[in-house]
Amino acid sequence: MTSTTTPASTAAAHPARWRGSARGTWAGSVITHAVLIAGAVVMVFPFVWQVLTAFKTQAEAVAVPVQVFPSRWEWAVFTEIFDVLPFAEQLRTSAIVALVRTVGQVLLCSLAAYAFARLHFRGRELLFALFLSVLMVPGQLLILPQYELMVSFGLLNTIPALILPGLFSAFGTFLLRQFFLTIPAELEEAALIDGASRLRIYWSVMLPLVRPALAALAVITMMNSWNDLLWPLVVNTDPNVMPISAGLTTLQGQFQTNYPALMAGALLASLPMLLVFLVLQRQFVQGIALTGSKG
Amino acid sequence: MAVPTTASTPATPAPARRRRSIRSGGRAGLIGYLFIAPVGIGLLVLYIYPAVATFALSFTDWGPFGGNTFNGFANYVAVFRNDLFWRSLGNTLLYMSIGLFVIPIAIVIATLLNKPGLRGVGVYRTLYFIPFVTLPVASGMVWKWLYNGDYGLINAFLGNFGISGTYWVANPATALMAIGIVQVWSQIGYYLVIFIAGIKAIPQTYLEAAELDGAGPLRRFFTVVLPLLSPSIFFCSVINVIATLQIFDLIYVMSQSSSANPAFNSAQSIVTLFYQMAFVENNKGNATALAFLLMLLIAALTAVQFRLQKKWVFYD
Repeated sequence: MTSTTTPASTAAAHPARWRGSARGTWAGSVITHAVLIAGAVVMVFPFVWQVLTAFKTQAEAVAVPVQVFPSRWEWAVFTEIFDVLPFAEQLRTSAIVALVRTVGQVLLCSLAAYAFARLHFRGRELLFALFLSVLMVPGQLLILPQYELMVSFGLLNTIPALILPGLFSAFGTFLLRQFFLTIPAELEEAALIDGASRLRIYWSVMLPLVRPALAALAVITMMNSWNDLLWPLVVNTDPNVMPISAGLTTLQGQFQTNYPALMAGALLASLPMLLVFLVLQRQFVQGIALTGSKG
Repeated sequence: MAVPTTASTPATPAPARRRRSIRSGGRAGLIGYLFIAPVGIGLLVLYIYPAVATFALSFTDWGPFGGNTFNGFANYVAVFRNDLFWRSLGNTLLYMSIGLFVIPIAIVIATLLNKPGLRGVGVYRTLYFIPFVTLPVASGMVWKWLYNGDYGLINAFLGNFGISGTYWVANPATALMAIGIVQVWSQIGYYLVIFIAGIKAIPQTYLEAAELDGAGPLRRFFTVVLPLLSPSIFFCSVINVIATLQIFDLIYVMSQSSSANPAFNSAQSIVTLFYQMAFVENNKGNATALAFLLMLLIAALTAVQFRLQKKWVFYD
């Protein structure tokens, strides 16, 4: 867990490494940039084309030969989507689900993780092993009984159905436990002697110390929640309570070959998460570096 | 620090007793159970019970109104006799093999990005990372549009070189490959982050020593960087295999939106077949058996990789 603090962006901080190969450095870096730029074009171009298509008319979108830019930037299709589908509700549903799942999971998992790392109680190792066993099971295996549970709770086509399974995470508990283990016990013992309760120690001493791990878990949870498709398709078939991921698939059914509408919908649906990423980039990278270092 | 607010705090905090309660059982024990209870109960009800239930249900016939009757291995036999199962198994293994290409691609990019003094590393990393955070349904739709046989940009581009393209996701011969490429594209950012960290962790002295011995950049890459990166490669390969064996979203969006798609079965994975069986055909008995077989497949391929790692993974 040492490589977790500053993941990258320190590349420039290696002043004179590989000094000997100074010859041809200039040509070398031109080639490097050429390859990296070509790669970046492949990574990003689909989005550029998506945006360009979204603002075209249908006739321009299917013009042969290809018309690159729209002759007028058309907004009409964006409003059309909102008229045909409850797109605004779906975006809101996705946002609520992502928010509740993220906050809930971080709170609940950190509570359990703290107990597993720091408190001693009978059967702790056994319970922890049980938690870990959940990690081995692929999600599809659980879906049918989970669906039946939602039916018996009367939660089909409700927002809680979208939230519930994702509120609890064995992985989150495991990840945070590893972090709590790295914190010196003396800090906590000092607080105990001062008479602080366990809940208080967890909240005001331990949680602030693992803040980077909490942030990393939070962004990864948020992304998974926003992008999840299979579970929403199963539990919420009513377009009014679908998240945007499932909503987009119905958009595909509705607009068939209306390419500007499809691209506009896809753009609106992916934009919120992209913005979150651009703002919280460091946490995303850290989240991956963390999950990557557990092996 | 302030007086604890919990009602259950003892009135006489004798230091010795406190010390003991840190170690074992007692009040700290009770608090421990309380702390793990929310996640514990959630996992028990929504994960552990369903896992056991799926296993049990895979040996039963699902009655229309809940009455399940034991039918031995009938569901498994039915799955094994189903041609679509073998087809989707083969397809899934193909997706897995295509998916693994993400590893060499990410290593090459990570190596380039680690070039000393390179400018714009942050910008590149952001750009390469964007597909990973994009909603897969949305990526699938955009790529489906690029792959479009009549108006797609890819065919227009190929047309410049006199190559006539095809209906990439509707042609049974190309659908799987077309979707597999999108899968690789969407995952590069994730593995890139892991490999950048992995390469950074390689001690400079090793590279300098190799250079003093006259090793060129390529030689250094193959004899120093790659072996030292092998634990990361191993980790990525395990994670990637587990993920692509469960591929669903892209296939669902790009080829399963209409059962009239001629490439419907050629692109089907185990999970899309599972979805089809469980929620479209309502054949839940067979679906649970299929889900259990998928878990066995994942476990087996993970175990094989762990076994093989002794042969090639180098721990410093």
